[in-house]
Amino acid sequence: MSESRKVYGLGAEFESAAALMAAAEKVRDTGFSHWDVHTPFPIHGMDKAMGLGKSNLSAFVFVGGFLGFVTGIALVAVPSLFLYPMIVHGKPYTWATLPAFFPIIFELTVLFSAFTAVGTMFAMNQLPRLHHPVFNWDQFKRFTDDGFLMVIEARDAKFSETRTKALLEEIGAKNVTLIHD
Amino acid sequence: MAKSSVTLETPSELKRPALVNHDRSIHWVTENVSNIVESSTPKWWFLTICITSPIALMGLVCIIYQISNGVGVWGENHPNGWAWDITNFVFWIGIGHAGTLISAVLFLTRQKWRTSINRAAEAMTLFAVVCAGIFPAIHVGRVWYAWFLAPIPNTNAIWPNFRSPLLWDVFAVSTYFSVSVLFWFVGLIPDLATLRDRAKSRLPQIIYGVLALGWRGGNRQWRHYEMAYLLLAGLSTPLVLSVHSIVSFDFATSIMPGWHTTIFPPYFVAGAIFGGFAMVLTIMLPAARLFPQINDMITRNHVDKMAKIILLTGSIVGYAYLMELFVAWYGANKFESFTFFTARANFDGKGWYQWSYWIMMFCNVISPQIFWFKKMRTNYVVVFIVCQFVNVGMWFERFTIIVTSLAQDFLPSSWGHYAPSTTEILTFVGTFGIFLTLFLLFMRFLPMIAISEVKGVTPEADPHHHPKH
Repeated sequence: MSESRKVYGLGAEFESAAALMAAAEKVRDTGFSHWDVHTPFPIHGMDKAMGLGKSNLSAFVFVGGFLGFVTGIALVAVPSLFLYPMIVHGKPYTWATLPAFFPIIFELTVLFSAFTAVGTMFAMNQLPRLHHPVFNWDQFKRFTDDGFLMVIEARDAKFSETRTKALLEEIGAKNVTLIHD
Repeated sequence: MAKSSVTLETPSELKRPALVNHDRSIHWVTENVSNIVESSTPKWWFLTICITSPIALMGLVCIIYQISNGVGVWGENHPNGWAWDITNFVFWIGIGHAGTLISAVLFLTRQKWRTSINRAAEAMTLFAVVCAGIFPAIHVGRVWYAWFLAPIPNTNAIWPNFRSPLLWDVFAVSTYFSVSVLFWFVGLIPDLATLRDRAKSRLPQIIYGVLALGWRGGNRQWRHYEMAYLLLAGLSTPLVLSVHSIVSFDFATSIMPGWHTTIFPPYFVAGAIFGGFAMVLTIMLPAARLFPQINDMITRNHVDKMAKIILLTGSIVGYAYLMELFVAWYGANKFESFTFFTARANFDGKGWYQWSYWIMMFCNVISPQIFWFKKMRTNYVVVFIVCQFVNVGMWFERFTIIVTSLAQDFLPSSWGHYAPSTTEILTFVGTFGIFLTLFLLFMRFLPMIAISEVKGVTPEADPHHHPKH
C-alpha cells in the first residue's frame, strides 16, 4: 500500500460500545456526514447518537407486500372466474365462498414482502460488495470480533487528515490510521 | 444518558439472570463459537455421519424404488389412502415450527434468551421442511405430474382449484421454506463475516467471504439490517401460524369424522410448537455435551425455559384432546363419537388402533407434566427422555388422526386395516438420516450459535456499561 494512493478516510479504534457511542455523539455534533461506526453487533441507541433516523425500509416492504397481495388476488381470481371457472363441491363463486381464496392471497403477500425486505436491505446496504476500501485497513477485521471502530471518509467536506485525526484522538480513539483506497 | 444509567443501577430494580454465564467477554463468544467450525473435525462427528449418511442414502433408494414402482410398494390402500406418508409430512413440518417460533415470535416478544438457540433451531426448521416436502411430493404417485400443483394450466388447459386446501398447502409450505431460508441467511451474514475475517487458509476465506457478501458491520448497515430482521420476524409470525393451520385444513375441510372440527388449526399449531421444541432439545442437548464451551451460552436457564414451553403447549394439546372427546359426546353425532370412543379410545373393544391413541395420550399429555418441577426441567437427562416421548407422541398423534378416521369410517363394509410396508418404514427412517446428516454438516461448517446476537446480550454490549480498567 503505497502512500501515494488516494486516501479513503481515517480509521479509529475505541475501547467499548460506550466509548464509541460517546465519540459518535461528538462526531455527529461536529457536523460530519460521511462517516460510520463498525461494530460486532448493532448497538442500541447508536442511530440516535449518529443522528440517523428510522430506516425507511418498511415503506418498500409495504409496497412489496401490496404487490404480493394484488398478485395473489389476480392469481386466484383470473383463472377461477374467467379462464377456467370450475364448481367444486357445489360451491359457487359468491362473496360467501371468498374466504377459500384467502390462504393463497395471504401466502403471496408474505412471500413478496419477505423477498422485498431482504432485497431492499441488500440494496440499501450495498450488498453484495465483496471489496471495499475499509478492508484495506489492517485493523478493520476486528469489527467482527470485539472491535469498536469508526471510519470518517475523506470525501466529507469537514475532513482534514491532521485536524480530524486530532479530533478523533481527543474523543478517545486509539490507533488512528489512514485508510487508502 | 448518565442519569438513566444511575437509575438503572439502583438496587430496587430486580436483576435479570445473565444470559451468558461466567460474565464472558464478547471476544470469548467469537472465539468459542468459531472454534467449533475452525478446529479439526472431531472423531465423533465422522462416526455419526458415517451412520447417518447411509441411512439417508437408504431413504433415497426407497424413494427411487417407490417412484419407479408406484405407490403400491407402500401399505396404503383403500380405505387408507393416507397413512404414513401424510403422518410423516405433518410430523416433520410441525417440527419446523419451533425454529420459526424461536426466531420470530420470541424476537417480537423481546425474549433475549432466544439468541443462543435461534440459529440451530432455524437450521432445524429448514432441514425438517426438506424432509417434510418429500412425502406429499412422492405420495401423488406419478411424481412427474407434480407440476399439476403449480398455479399454471396443465396440458389440458385445466387450472388447479384454488379453493382446495391441498393447493393452499403447496403455497403455504413453499412460502414457509423460502421465508425461513431468507430469515436464516440474513441472520447468518454477520457471523459469516466473522468466519471470513478469522479464516487462515485461502479456500475458507473465499467461501465465507463470498457468502458474507462483503458485510462491513457499519451502523448505517445495521440500521437497515435490523429493520429487515424485524420485518422478517413480523412476517414469519403470522406465516408460521398459517402454515400449520393450512396443514390442518387438509383434514378439517373434509367430512371425515374426527377430522371435520374447528379446533384443528389452533390445536395443530400448539402441537407443532410442542413437537418442535422437543426436537430442538433433542439435538441441542447432545450438542451442548459434545461442545462443552457452548454451555455458557445455552445454559440451564435456556433448557428450563424451553421445558416450560413444552409443558405449556403440551397442556394445550391435552386440552384439545379432551375437548375433542367432549365435543364427540356433546355433539351427539354418531360417527364422531364412534371415531373417538371406539376407533381411537376403544372404550367398547371394537376399535383397532387404541394403542396408537393411548401412546399419544401418554407421551403428549402425561409425560410433559413432570416439567411442573424445576428440578426436572433443569435435569438434562430427564428433559432429554421426555423430549423423546414427545417426539414419539407427536408422530403417533398424526398417525391416530389419519389412520383411525380412515380405517373405520361411516360404513363397516368399507372398513380396512392398515399396516406399513417395509419400504414405507425405511423411507421414514431415511428422512431421519437426511435430517441428521444435514444438521451435522451445518454444525461443522456454519456457526451454530448466532455470534453477533449473543454478543448483543452480553453486559459489555450495553452502551451504558463501563468496564473497570
